[in-house]
Amino acid sequence: MGIVRLDNLLAVVMLSGIYSLISAGLFVTLDAVDVAFTEASVGGGIATVLMLATLALTGDTEKQGKGKLQFMPLAVVAVTGALLIYGTLDMPSFGDAMAPIHQHVAPRYIAEAPQTTGIPNIVTSVLASYRGYDTMGELAVIFTAGIGVMLILGTGRRRDD
Amino acid sequence: MSMLHRHFILRITTKLLMPFILMFALYVQFHGDFGPGGGFQAGVIFGAGFILYALIYGIDAAEKVTPPGLIRAVMALGLLLYVGVGYFGMFLGGAFLDYNVLRHDPVHGQHLGITLVELGVGTTVAATMITVFFSFAGRMRRGKRPE
Repeated sequence: MGIVRLDNLLAVVMLSGIYSLISAGLFVTLDAVDVAFTEASVGGGIATVLMLATLALTGDTEKQGKGKLQFMPLAVVAVTGALLIYGTLDMPSFGDAMAPIHQHVAPRYIAEAPQTTGIPNIVTSVLASYRGYDTMGELAVIFTAGIGVMLILGTGRRRDD
Repeated sequence: MSMLHRHFILRITTKLLMPFILMFALYVQFHGDFGPGGGFQAGVIFGAGFILYALIYGIDAAEKVTPPGLIRAVMALGLLLYVGVGYFGMFLGGAFLDYNVLRHDPVHGQHLGITLVELGVGTTVAATMITVFFSFAGRMRRGKRPE
């Protein structure tokens, strides 16, 4: 809530970094160590630094809005939220061992991943071998994002002309 | 250049921490098979090490350590390594990204394939992080100069 109410964007960036770190701790308690690792390094580290760099470029106070309540965006948000909540109604309850996600391919991965790939960390073997295409796509997305930033902001080279 | 003479403690601490950060990144990279971690996290930590260096010592010093042109080449190289492993498996008679054929023993092939692919992920992620940071920083530097 503090993030929404604050006008000082520097404080907002700091709060979201702290939030990332706390959710990383949450992932650890859920035994998702790999996810926690990613959240702590990307959300708490790199994202915060890049947001600070952006603030250094743009200034750190929020522009004052018109102050008038706008109903159209509020309606869109409310409808979308209601649809999402409606979608969760028939989902299995949290931690249900009979949920489809635990019955489909996960037992096979857990049973045979260490033997077929020779790698004890199942997360790594699933990401890099069973889901190799997905990881390749993600890598391509990161690469494209880097190129996009270079195209928009320039390569950081001084232009002496 | 006054930056270089202030922040004495920060500069010394950075210098002390740098080898450990990079070492930890490499550990996460190559130990990802056995513990938590992998190419993505390792790349981010590796990139963060250089970003820390750039923050403390300035962009000019950082560009000497990691020339932007080289970093951009490395960025493409990681993705090429990933796709290359995929095509190499195809070349050896398997499917795309099939690691079983990389070695005579499928398990060894899987291990080699995953290690190489993770290395590709790590290099591309690290190079992309450094490039993105350089882009932001270069923009700042241009903005400050009177034109």
